[in-house]
Amino acid sequence: MSFLVFDLNTIWFFLVGVLFTGYAMLDGFDLGAGILHLLPKPDRDRRVILNAIGPVWDGNEVWLVTGGGALFAAFPMVYATVFSGFYLAFMLLLIMLIFRAVAIEFRSKRESQSWRRAWDVAFFVSSLVSSLLIGVAMGNIACGIPLSGPPAYTYLGSFLSLLRPYPVIIGLLTVALFGMHGGIYLVMKTEGELHDLIRGWIRHAIIFFIVMFGIATLATLLYVEHMSARLKEFPELFIVPLLLVLAIANIPREYVHGRDFHAFLSSCAAMILLMMLFAMGMYPNMVVSLPDPENSLTIYNASSSEGTLKTMLIIALIGMPLVLSYTVSIYWVFRGKVKLEEHSY
Amino acid sequence: MDAVFLARLQFALTIAFHYIFPTINIGLGLILVLMEGMYLKTRNPLYLRMTQFWVKVFGLCFAIGVATGIVMEFQFGTNWAHYSRYVGDVFGSALAAEGIFAFFLESGFLALLLFGWNKVSPRMHFFSTLMVCSGAHFSAIWIIVANSWQQTPDGFKLQQINGMTRAVTDDFWAVVFNPSMLPRLTHAVLGCWQAGACLVFSVSAYYLLRKRHVEFARASIRIAMIVGIAASLLQLATGHYHAMVVAEHQPAKLAAFEGHFAENAAAPLYLWGWVDEDQQEVRFGMALPGMLSLLVHGDASKPVVGLNAFAEEDRPPVNIVFQAYHLMVAVGMALIALNCINVVLLLLGRLWETRIWLWALVFSVLLPQIASQTGWIAAEVGRQPWAVYGLLRTADSVSETVMAGEILTSMIMFGVVYALLFVMFIYLLNEKIQHGPNEAESDTGGHRA
Repeated sequence: MSFLVFDLNTIWFFLVGVLFTGYAMLDGFDLGAGILHLLPKPDRDRRVILNAIGPVWDGNEVWLVTGGGALFAAFPMVYATVFSGFYLAFMLLLIMLIFRAVAIEFRSKRESQSWRRAWDVAFFVSSLVSSLLIGVAMGNIACGIPLSGPPAYTYLGSFLSLLRPYPVIIGLLTVALFGMHGGIYLVMKTEGELHDLIRGWIRHAIIFFIVMFGIATLATLLYVEHMSARLKEFPELFIVPLLLVLAIANIPREYVHGRDFHAFLSSCAAMILLMMLFAMGMYPNMVVSLPDPENSLTIYNASSSEGTLKTMLIIALIGMPLVLSYTVSIYWVFRGKVKLEEHSY
Repeated sequence: MDAVFLARLQFALTIAFHYIFPTINIGLGLILVLMEGMYLKTRNPLYLRMTQFWVKVFGLCFAIGVATGIVMEFQFGTNWAHYSRYVGDVFGSALAAEGIFAFFLESGFLALLLFGWNKVSPRMHFFSTLMVCSGAHFSAIWIIVANSWQQTPDGFKLQQINGMTRAVTDDFWAVVFNPSMLPRLTHAVLGCWQAGACLVFSVSAYYLLRKRHVEFARASIRIAMIVGIAASLLQLATGHYHAMVVAEHQPAKLAAFEGHFAENAAAPLYLWGWVDEDQQEVRFGMALPGMLSLLVHGDASKPVVGLNAFAEEDRPPVNIVFQAYHLMVAVGMALIALNCINVVLLLLGRLWETRIWLWALVFSVLLPQIASQTGWIAAEVGRQPWAVYGLLRTADSVSETVMAGEILTSMIMFGVVYALLFVMFIYLLNEKIQHGPNEAESDTGGHRA
């Protein structure tokens, strides 16, 4: 297929994509658990939610940190432009991530009801705002932002111009996606009354997600034409959106039959396919520049040298199998329903 | 206040606060390996209780370390965009390697360390402790590779790309083993070991003073003493080794350490003093004549390059570097004395009863923290005015698009959040200490043996 050139830059585009997809799939469910956290009232239920993500959330966040590091190493121009350009939005995201980490860690350390309630709210707000900001950033990168062009390719807009309708729609889509994903994860990890309760909410979460997905698809087709240009050019790629719709349709099907793990896998598949669709629309761009598309950051003008991409590829080939092996092992050790015990949060 | 100054201040505040926690975790990680190793060897439940208690302290520090560490990973992009473009090829690789080789290992196995007591065998749990400790040390390796490359850049070439000069990796291993990497790594890691040891001294001495958990406290101190005495004595060697590398590769920094201006004269070593940068002299100082020359060249009469050999715009601020460096050295010496006194009192059989000394141990936790912070101030301010020594100036490294007001806004946000975090950290640490280790009856509750 001629839409893809297999050079080092493309491989790194793919690898950075894998890291951020890993982040979305893994931290996505613990952000989602945070979005749903305030729904059950009893303290014990909230502790169950925290302990469902307790052993894994910081490992999940490492995917973001490593994705950031890989972006820095492979595409320093993108790293510099996006993070300095979205300065205040990004600082807000960092503050939110700090609050989340601390809320999880501190919440159950004291018996006091007001202490716990305050941290519960902090956990909810920080999870919600983090998910929204991640989505808004993705939306901006997809629909294009004004860039200055060479040599620095700096962002020319402001903080408020990040909050255009399309990025906000993608932000809400992300909230819906993570909320649904987190809900399905929690259903897997809980039992009894709480399990039935969460099953009740994710019906709404699934509907909310499907509605947002429809709106986002329409908005993309109507207003962000460059994102679907490749699909028009290479109709054989239509398989990706087709599979995406099937994966999404399969979520309520598995849910109705009570096959929680299959529903979770479907939700993961939907995330992977969404990211693939996003990557196919972007490639070979990394940040689309509008109104001057020739100022876009691409995998070629934004990358590190060939030597560094090669060295980093060796590091990734050694490191990633190790990472995957112990990530899988740890999820295996902590499989099954959550039981509160002495060492729990 | 200009944007460059604010960006520097923000970096300094966020890194200084972050660095409190990894120092403890690297040192405590090693101590946990020793404690749990003793448990596997002897099966004495005392060692299990020790491991379980200190793992909780480790977990608390780790959570704040992760939370404040994410900020560090992205701050180069947000505040130092030009720097990121200029050196991303070289510097970014070290950060990515840190993520892949260190963070995943550390955070993955931490799950087993904290929550795996009833899920895996004691051997597997010990293996997890070993992996968390290794991950913490690997993380130190890669971040110090990155920092040392800023101090003594090597293994790169400059290239014109799209109208911009960028540093590009030429020899990966020369980047990794740049001249100051090994001395800096050993020096910093030994500092961390001392931080871990002194935290254990401090909490345990408090228990001994309160006559609580006596057996636990004594055994904890004994293990931490091994780490403490080894680290503090070895620190003499790495400190000297490190200073030699600074003398060779960053002479302006060495001259600032000692407030040495004269271009071509034998240099004294000051025990203390105050640098008058206008008059170019050290006031109220206590000098050992020719001592710096002796340490650098092995000859007290040989000249050491002074600050006047450098153009004024290439000199670091002198007095702050001098003070930070001398405070670090003084605290380092105090730590050697402290660890030696510990050993002597133990051998005399008086360590557990000498209350005044136990009180000194309670406050000893501050010493390695002061030494680590001042050591980094000396290293980083001493590197100025360069972000990458001799290559890229700090003033040229900032983000073009970020305004002073934005930095100030985010700095106030971080200031408030970090202050809150610190108060809560101390509060929760105190709760854990007051709660103390589990008492002997519940020994069997821990492991699925």
